[in-house]
Order: sequence, then C-alpha cells, then structure tokens
Amino acid sequence: MKKAIIKNTQLILLVLLMAACNRTLEDRTKELPPLSPLQADANAGDWKPVVLSAANEFAITAPLAVSNGAYVRELNEIKEYQQALTEEQKNSIRYWGAGAVLRWNEIMRELVAKRNLPPYQNADGSYPIPSAANPFGYPQFPFSNPPYAARAYAYVSVAQYDALVAAYYYKRLYTRVAPYKVDATIKPLLPINDLPAYPSEDAVVGAAAVELLKLLFPADVAYVQQKADEQMKARIMAGMNTRSDLEAGVALGRLVAAKVIARAANDNMSRAVGTPAQWAQLESQTAATGETPWISLDAPNRPPMLPFFGRVRPFLFDSLTTIAIRPTPPPPTASAKFKEELVEVKNFSVNATREQIAIVHYWADGVGTYTPPGHWNAIAAEDFIQLGFSEVRWARNMALLNMAVMDAGISCWDTKYFYYNPRPSQMDPSIKTSTGIPNFPAYISGHSTFSAAAATILGYIVPARANAYTAMAKEASDSRLFGAIHYRADCEVGLVQGKKVGNFAIARGLTDGAN
Amino acid sequence: MKYLIILLCALSCLLNKKLGFFICLVFFSISAYAQTDIDAIMMSKNNFCAGFMYSHNSWKNYWEGTFKRDNQNLGTVSGQMIGIMGNYGVKDNLNVLFSIPYVSTKASEGTLIGQKGIQDLTATIKWMPIEKKWGKGDFSLYTLGSIIIPTTNYVADYLPLSIGVKTNTAMFRLMADYQVNNIFVTSSAAYYLRDRVTIDRTAYYTTEMHYTNLVEMPTVTNYNIRTGYRSSKLIAEAVLDITKTNGGFDITKNNMPFLSNQMNATRAGVNIKYTVSKVDELSFIGNAMYTIAGRNVGQTTSISVGIFYVFDFTKKKRSSIEEAEKTKTEL
Repeated sequence: MKKAIIKNTQLILLVLLMAACNRTLEDRTKELPPLSPLQADANAGDWKPVVLSAANEFAITAPLAVSNGAYVRELNEIKEYQQALTEEQKNSIRYWGAGAVLRWNEIMRELVAKRNLPPYQNADGSYPIPSAANPFGYPQFPFSNPPYAARAYAYVSVAQYDALVAAYYYKRLYTRVAPYKVDATIKPLLPINDLPAYPSEDAVVGAAAVELLKLLFPADVAYVQQKADEQMKARIMAGMNTRSDLEAGVALGRLVAAKVIARAANDNMSRAVGTPAQWAQLESQTAATGETPWISLDAPNRPPMLPFFGRVRPFLFDSLTTIAIRPTPPPPTASAKFKEELVEVKNFSVNATREQIAIVHYWADGVGTYTPPGHWNAIAAEDFIQLGFSEVRWARNMALLNMAVMDAGISCWDTKYFYYNPRPSQMDPSIKTSTGIPNFPAYISGHSTFSAAAATILGYIVPARANAYTAMAKEASDSRLFGAIHYRADCEVGLVQGKKVGNFAIARGLTDGAN
Repeated sequence: MKYLIILLCALSCLLNKKLGFFICLVFFSISAYAQTDIDAIMMSKNNFCAGFMYSHNSWKNYWEGTFKRDNQNLGTVSGQMIGIMGNYGVKDNLNVLFSIPYVSTKASEGTLIGQKGIQDLTATIKWMPIEKKWGKGDFSLYTLGSIIIPTTNYVADYLPLSIGVKTNTAMFRLMADYQVNNIFVTSSAAYYLRDRVTIDRTAYYTTEMHYTNLVEMPTVTNYNIRTGYRSSKLIAEAVLDITKTNGGFDITKNNMPFLSNQMNATRAGVNIKYTVSKVDELSFIGNAMYTIAGRNVGQTTSISVGIFYVFDFTKKKRSSIEEAEKTKTEL
C-alpha cells in the first residue's frame, strides 16, 4: 500500500512538473544589444527639420569647460554611481542603451494600447465623449483609436526628430566630449563613439516625448515622467553624459516640443469629433445621392469615430491636396459589382480557412491594442534594431513613417466620410465577422491605407525589405476581407491610396539631407 | 465566456457514487467542457463505463472585473457541448478516465461569428488509496491527476466566443468522501497548472505591453463540495463549486476579455444520477448549475444530461455490480 502511494504520487508529480516547466517568457525586444551606430551622422545638424524653421531656431548656451569646477563635480556623480551599481541599475542602463527613440516608441505604443477603449454607454444609450479637460474621469481620455494614435505617433516622432536635429547642431558647435573621455576612471558602460555629449541626444528625445505625451496622454504623465527620469539617470550611471549634458538636452527638447505642440493645437484635431448636426448631415448628404448611408453597427448606435479627422492638417501635403487625391466613389450599392463583392464577403464569413483567420487576428489591431499604426511602428522598430542607425537616423525614419501613416489616416478618413458607405453586415445582416467591425464607414479600408503608406516609406528606408513590406501590407489589407468587415474595393483602393501618401514621404526623405 | 476553463473542471464533477457501482461521471463544465471525475465512485476492475453528455450554457450578464453588465453587441452568449467519455477500472481503486468534447458557441446579437470544433482531451488517473469504516460511516480518500490537451488548432484568443483557451493543463485534486447510510458529503480541492498559450498575434496588452505570441496563464484553484442522498440506484446531490484564478488581471472597462484574465466563479447547482433498475449497466445523469458570483466571467446557467453504459470485461461471469455489492458487504 505504501509503495503504491509512493508510486502513484510520483506519477502525479511528474505530470504536474511537466506542466510547470515554465520557461521564462521573454518579449522580443526586452533584451537587446546596445545601440551601436554604423555611422555617426555627425552632420545631422544640417538635416531639414519638420516644424522648426532651422536647427538653431532655439539657442542653448555654451557648456562650461571640462576644466570648470562645476563640471568636475558632475563627474563625481557618475563615479559615485559606478562604485556600486545594482543589478536593477545595470538593467536600466541596458534597457535604455538599446536606443532612446526605440524605447520611447515602445512606451508610446503601450499608452495607445492601454487607452484604446471605446467609451461605455450612458444609461440613456448615448455615449460620453472623452475630454482632455477631465482625463481622470470616465470616459478616460484619450480613446486612442487608430486616427488618434496615428496622429500621436506622428507628433511625438516629429518632435523627437526636430529636437535631435537641433541637438546635433549644438553638439557640433560646442564639441563637449563625453565624461569618460575627460576622466579615465569613468567607465563607459555603453558603446563609445566620437559624438559630442552636449546636449545629450537621450535627453532631447526624452524631453520631447514627455512634453508631447503630457498633451496626448494626460492621465499618464506621472508614468511618462518616471520613465524619463530613469532614462536620464541611466545615461549618468553609464558614464555617457553628465548632468549638464542632460539638462541642456531637456531644455532644448522642451523648446522644440513647445513649437510642435503649437502646431498640434491648430491642426483641426479639436474639431474632428463634430456635432450631432454634422453627423446627421453626413447621413443626409449621402442619402441625397441615392446611396445607402452608413449606420453604426454598435449597439446602442455609436456616433461615428472622428468623422472630421480628414480635415486635420497633414504633415506631408496641405488640406487641399487631401481633397485632390481623394479616390473615386466605391461601387454603387445597386451595381452588379457591389453585389458580387458582397457575396464574396459573405463567402469569407462562412468559409475562411484557419490560416486566413490567423491572418485576421494577426492584423486585427482592434480595441485594446496599439492600432495598425502601432503595428507598423513595431515592424519598423524590430527591423531598425538590426540596422545600426544613429539616434537621429532612428528619429528621422520614425518621423517619416509616422508622418506617412498619419497622413494616410487623414486621407482615408476624408474618403470614408465623404462617401459614408455601409459595411457589408449593414447591407446583409447575415454576414457575421471574425473580428470587431470598426465604427466608421467602409470605403476605403483603414488597414489597407495605413499599411500601404507604411510599406511604401519603409521600402524606401530599407530597400532590401521593400518586397516584404509590400507583401505584409497586402496581407494586412486581405485580413479585412477575410474577416468579412470590408469589401474588396475598400481594400484594393486603400492600398493604392496608401501608396500615394507613402510617396509623399519618400519625396520628403529624398530632400531632407539625410542621404 | 471565459470562464471556460475554469469551470471546466470545476464543474465537472458532480455526480455520484456509490456503492459499488461505477462511476462514470463526469461532468462538464459547461463552459469548459472538460470532464471530471469529482465523484467519490470508482469503477471496478476491468469494467469500462462509456457515455455521452450534452450540455448547454448561456449568459447575458457578465462581470467586467467586478462591474456586472450586459453587452448589447453580444446579447446572450451560449455554448453547446457534446462529449464522449469513458472510465476504465484498472483496479478496483485505480481508474483511468478520458473525455473529449465538441463545442459550439454563438452570440445572439452583434456581428461576431460563433465558433465550433473539437476542444480538449482530458485524461485522468483516479486513485483511491484509502477506504475504511470510520465511526458510523465509510470514509474514502481519492487523488486525481489529469492532463488536458487541446486536440485542434482552434482560435483561443477570441473570448468570449472561443471554444476554449487552448492551454495544456495539468491538474491535481485531493478528494475526501464520507457516507453514513445514504447521506454523504464529498469535498475536494484542485490545483491547475496551465502552460502558456500560443495566439495568432505577436503583441498584446494586459496591464503592460507584451511583444510575443505567447501568453502566460495563471494557475487555477478549485474547491468543490457536494452533499446529498446516495444509493445504488439514485444519487441526488447539491453542489457548490468555487473556482479562483491565482493572478491574472481584470477586463478593463468596455474592453474584450483576454485569456489570462482573473476568471473567478462561484457556482451552485444540483446533480442527479439514476441507474435503471432492470438494466444495471445503464445510467442517466442530469445536472444544472448557476453562477452566483464571478469576476471576468459570464453569469452562466448550464444544464447537462448524459447517458452511460458499463461494459464488464472480467473473465468471470460475475457482474461488476455483484462484485461491488459484495465489496460493500465486506466493508
């Protein structure tokens, strides 16, 4: 009996052990090698900023000489840290050492995912509208849906890029070297380079992000500031910057951010939600053409998502161009082509393969995610990690990407609300979907437009991956058809439109001085 | 919704016991549809009990964290399960059980499409190391070890309409039973270790961002207590079942549920097993459960019915029932 007990217990323990064998789950970008640029881009101060009129639009004072007593005392701060670094501190150095633009981009994606939640309805079936004036009440602010997110990624990226162009300008002007070059007892804990340390590139990137994120994610200011503080401390502990390098960078980053914020305040975003009268007009103007207007498929019916986002001022062209490049109308709902496409959607609703469903979920990027713009930021970042870009080139490439994606969103939203056409499930309620139906009109597909714009500019930045990006954009586009939430025309025209917008970004990339 | 797994096990249980008969029991959780074995009954050596179960479950309200709400974009979410299961007596005190269900789900409102497919295989070793007279009644102690393995590549990351959470699971349960005349109490506690789940996307947000297609699943603890009447022909019992997820996070406001949410449920119900008088090999079971409290799960009502038959593979002519009766007498 006792023997049997032991034997059976062993068996059970074995089974439990097998399941318990939990390998630690590591995220793809948690542990990365430190940023080690293949080229320093030391002349990036000559690159063309986006919002600043010139790299030296904002002046920063010259640093103290490294022989100055105040500077020497700053070196002691580094030495004190380096005498007894904890594991946690070393981890922090490694984390931030992977790249400032990369880490802030990840933080942004996290905030978008956290806040990408549609408001819950009021008792009377109406919906509250998030307000920046009340970020801690309900509904939380923002509802970082795809257009909101696209714009947020773009503004933060642009502010970081402009701040870095300015920083590189002053680095070259002042040529203060890194602390480990001044004092040999200071160990550089990250790869060394010949780039002057003042003002710190990490500090301008962090400060620009903090200022923009205060505006865009006002309920997360404390979290964002904590991250920035960690980043600054990591740079000191790593022996890469002194406190005055960082302080000058923070000051410069804030000045640049203020100018970018001034642009954001006047880009028409504040009017993107619209009013009930405007919403009614969208419906009646489409009905007047004899077409079926879009109706929200949310229950209770939800007001359309940011219907006037199409009027937001783009980065890469002007608002008249938004109208000029608008696609021609979708197939009329009475046309044979429309009926054919509706049947095709129904067919995917019922017959999608497991592989197609996996594609639907891989690209869904719906509620509670970093959105399709965030997905393309993740794709870009994971590729850029391999490529040895400098901080300023990282920022320039992210700015190009995110300006393209934001402007693609503007063009897409302009088109959606100009035609205001119905989703497949509105025209045929028997069509069930494999993912949530977004709360806006169908034509043109947002995923297709965002993705083609992103793939186009990324193909310019990383030519070796151009075909891969194009294939990914096609798959993202197809995913909406497989999921039975878009007609083929939405997807195909969306890809064409996205590419059109992406080409504007390439045009900028060709002339910004970074080549 | 999600409670699937949890419940799965938990519930399962219900049924019966007794005297010498076999047990085939099983229950499923309605949502989770896994079988279990939470009854204090063993199949006799060389007997094989096989059967079918059908269950239906539905909910309209659910708990989003601690906030109880409905969702007009889902309406009533329902699931149906047809399962086959079996229990073989390796020895009188050592049984091997299995079950495998086919599950379908749907939402009455909204556009999200329902799912269907073969879900997880559950294999269980059940062992009764102790069976003895104690005071005026009989006391018995059981250990159960299960492995639960998804059998198809169904979509897990689609709650509340996925048919399961697609995690390899190991369960250990300790169960005690005490019976005086025809009145009994069975209580048990179980612990579930769940392997990480592979999903179709490569990044997701819980309370922080994850850049991986793997999801860590918190462990689950289950407590089950049942009491009622038990004879060789009829078992009628009331059941209280408490499932807690050890960790996990709450669904945020107006968000979708996720695999690694903290899914807790307290469920109460009744369970009946009836063995046909003229055909001792044949038995029927019925079960109804209601979720009285929960967190990140639907407020499910479920009913299950099942039919079981015992095959005797002993060389001897004597039926297992006779054997069982004899054993009982000896006790």
